[in-house]
Amino acid sequence: MKTQTPYPQGDAFHASLRTRYRVATIWQILFLSALLIAIVALTALLYKVVDGAFGYIAYEYKDDPAEFTPTPVNELTKEELLVILKEELSSGAYNKLNNEQPMQERSQADLLNLFLERLVRIDTKGTWSMTDSLLHKAEIQAEVKEKYSNAKLEFRSWLTPQFLVTPMSSKAEFAGVRTAILGSLWMVGLAILFALPIGTGAAIYLQEYAPKGWFTSLIQTNINNLAGVPSIVYGMLGLAVFVRTLEAFTSGSMFGVTDSNGRTVLSAGLTMGTLVLPLIIINAQEAIKAVPDSLRQAAYGVGATRWQTVWHHVLPNALPGILTGSILAISRALGESAPLIVVGASTFISIDPDGPFSKFTALPIQIYQWTTLAQSEFHAIAAGAIIVLLILLLTLNASAILLRNRYQRKY
Amino acid sequence: MSQSFDLKKKTRIGESAIQSLLFLAGILSIVTTVAIVYELGKEAMLFFGNPDVTFAKFFGGTQWQPGIGNYGIWALVSATLTTSAIAIFIALPLGLAAAVYLSEYASPKARGILKPILEILAGIPTVVYGYFALLFVTPILKSFFGDHIQVYNMLSAGLVMGIMILPLISSMSEDALSAVPRSLREAAYAMGATKLESSLQVVLPAALSGIGAALILGISRAVGETMIVAVASGAGPNFSFNPLEAAETMTGHIARISGGDLSYNSIDYTSLFAIALMLFLVTLVLNLISQWIVGRFRERYE
Amino acid sequence: MQNSPSYAIESNDLSIHYGAFTAVKGVNLKIERLKITAIIGPSGCGKSTLLRSFNRMNDFVPGCHATGELLMQGQNLYSKDIDPVEVRRKIGMVFQKPNPFPKSIYENIAWGARINGFKGNMDELVEQSLRSAALWDEVKDKLQESAYALSGGQQQRLCIARTIAIQPEIILMDEPASALDPISTLRIEELMQELKKNYTILIVTHNMQQAARASDYTAMMMIDDQRAGGVIEFDDTKNIFTRPKDKRTEDYVTGRFG
Repeated sequence: MKTQTPYPQGDAFHASLRTRYRVATIWQILFLSALLIAIVALTALLYKVVDGAFGYIAYEYKDDPAEFTPTPVNELTKEELLVILKEELSSGAYNKLNNEQPMQERSQADLLNLFLERLVRIDTKGTWSMTDSLLHKAEIQAEVKEKYSNAKLEFRSWLTPQFLVTPMSSKAEFAGVRTAILGSLWMVGLAILFALPIGTGAAIYLQEYAPKGWFTSLIQTNINNLAGVPSIVYGMLGLAVFVRTLEAFTSGSMFGVTDSNGRTVLSAGLTMGTLVLPLIIINAQEAIKAVPDSLRQAAYGVGATRWQTVWHHVLPNALPGILTGSILAISRALGESAPLIVVGASTFISIDPDGPFSKFTALPIQIYQWTTLAQSEFHAIAAGAIIVLLILLLTLNASAILLRNRYQRKY
Repeated sequence: MSQSFDLKKKTRIGESAIQSLLFLAGILSIVTTVAIVYELGKEAMLFFGNPDVTFAKFFGGTQWQPGIGNYGIWALVSATLTTSAIAIFIALPLGLAAAVYLSEYASPKARGILKPILEILAGIPTVVYGYFALLFVTPILKSFFGDHIQVYNMLSAGLVMGIMILPLISSMSEDALSAVPRSLREAAYAMGATKLESSLQVVLPAALSGIGAALILGISRAVGETMIVAVASGAGPNFSFNPLEAAETMTGHIARISGGDLSYNSIDYTSLFAIALMLFLVTLVLNLISQWIVGRFRERYE
Repeated sequence: MQNSPSYAIESNDLSIHYGAFTAVKGVNLKIERLKITAIIGPSGCGKSTLLRSFNRMNDFVPGCHATGELLMQGQNLYSKDIDPVEVRRKIGMVFQKPNPFPKSIYENIAWGARINGFKGNMDELVEQSLRSAALWDEVKDKLQESAYALSGGQQQRLCIARTIAIQPEIILMDEPASALDPISTLRIEELMQELKKNYTILIVTHNMQQAARASDYTAMMMIDDQRAGGVIEFDDTKNIFTRPKDKRTEDYVTGRFG
């Protein structure tokens, strides 16, 4: 037997092992705390957004509502508002509003907003976050009373149903994300219309047709690389190709549209389509790869051509995977802002996009715009818009997960 | 009696037409790359073709004001480097630690809870991170540094960018760690190693190249990230490596200038393409290296 | 129950379960000190599972647990107060496929020594271990090169070298030569004869000749009708191969089975 050993024995070894375990515990805590930091960051981010979207607002009326009507503001009916607006607004302004949307068809809330925005003219003195509003209610009240004796203090949710259906406004109190949501939907719709068929086609080519060789692996490497190109570079590509070179097409001038340049929602859609194309291809390839070979062999075995095999057997089986990938691509496109800035999303636009050649704005663009403005009421509506965007993304991703789980098959 | 049949090849027009269409879809990605290089290159050539612009000024100068003849790209590169460095400084250790925990320690149940959280973090639009940086992180930093820190500053943008990149680094590193064969862990355990010794001294070094790939891709992502820096880092070129100062990155500059009214062929317009070309080339090289490492790493254990 | 000092390790009614399924049932083995004991049997009979239970490698398999006793110097290795890290420190293991660390040859040996608190001269230990594993002459000029540059047989001897470097009491070998060519296999077998001067060796093998050539004792395993493996015969290797008591052993060693 080994008589002498250079290794610690017995109690010495136990002691050293205890030290090793202590070190191990410390490291394990460090590893776990990295995840805790990530969780804290996520929580802080979500908290900050919610915190910003609700809270006190102090405002004054530049003109007393009583000058227009004896009825208290919150009891005004639609009919009363129609009369007041008709009488008090200049006829030019009234007609312009009427042209955008006939006054009779507008809701009471919409008309009330117009009344407050155009006639009474609300002047915001300050806003407070939800936490401040709840914890320091008394201080806020005292401060407002002291500084602005005429001001009204009100707890306000910046995220309201009204916020979703109101177009952009230069006053945060009356601004909404309607134009931005419609712009985002148009942009994403066009992007998918462009990228989904091409992306699926490319994936089918690569998985089912392409011969193995340097050219195919070049395409593959290239697709992987495109997926990593910074989104702003796609914006520059869109600016040079879609906005400028193809202006006749993207502005619609070759179809007789006259009042537009290339900075349209079509250019944005094509740019975003190019951006998500590699993602769609990669996801579709994975879905096609997951279709078992036995299925293809069975189809060939009964005399099917290659395309018949693909069309009748491979694609139907890969479809849920392809759709899941597309939904993920849509959520990527919905959240992107940089390329849209470059191809020229308008930051102030209150007219709904009504076709591919419209000027447009998008949700992330509005968030960007409002965040960078100095007044705190714009930060509040930025928070509101972020919540709208996050809910949209959450819904999309949840549906992707549901789709995946539902159709997840074991071959 | 059996009928005679013909087994010769027949041209199926439909089949070949479809195959051609699919082929076109397949090579569109190549067209995209060529278009990026061509368009960026073309405008960048116009920029460099300007007699006033020299490579010496471009790569040597620290002032960027193309309108009045200052073409020093370092004014923008310094901010890109500073914010990216801060981001990596945050994201690499945290991402790696998270990956080790998820791959070596977490029970399947804990993984099932923790991984989706990282995925949510990865799915948050960058403009939202920008909002968070400017309106949450900056005020906190302000309470630490007081007047030493500017309202727009690279530190806040860099920190938040680190949080944004963390999920990327952790998920790629985790893939690399789980690709290390079980037999190596067993070998370590069989020699009386604790879990930590096996994880840190055997598994982690074995996964190093995969982790390197994650790091490189993280750098590429940080360099190309636009919205966080556009919102929080500052709106004006400033040659500075001081994280407490405001400075504009390459991406932030492109976003700000291109968002305004730009006339085609102006030096402002073409200069943006020169910056974008640089950005594209740098990220392309980084992505290629990362892919190459991942490919080699995969070969080694398969 | 105290095990007699001439035994390195002994099992009493040791069973290994995966969840509700019993993979190995009721094993009673007394492994003699400084001898080579072979475990043979058809594939899937639980040889490896049994071997891995000896240094608690099965702890890493989710749902796997053992019942019964495994005694080493009177301590039940499966009792609650036993630290599996200490167990593995005393019972080393060589695996089926060579699995050197992706480090240098030198580091492969030094690493285990270092984590176990080795106090002596590391260069000496590395040389000594490599000599004991009959690898020194082949690698002495390239100690800093990657272990992956070695051939399969050399890698396996390196794995043996790093195991003996930490001076365990027992070495478990899980089909250590199954991935190697006949010459490398022979060298491993010769090496085992050297090693048994200092170490108790327990080896799983599917190679009948190897068991007959290299081992002192042989345990024959077989699965029963519930698909649980068990030791059906344990005896001198000579007896097992010349006059087995069990008919199934006879069928197996003469090649009429599996």
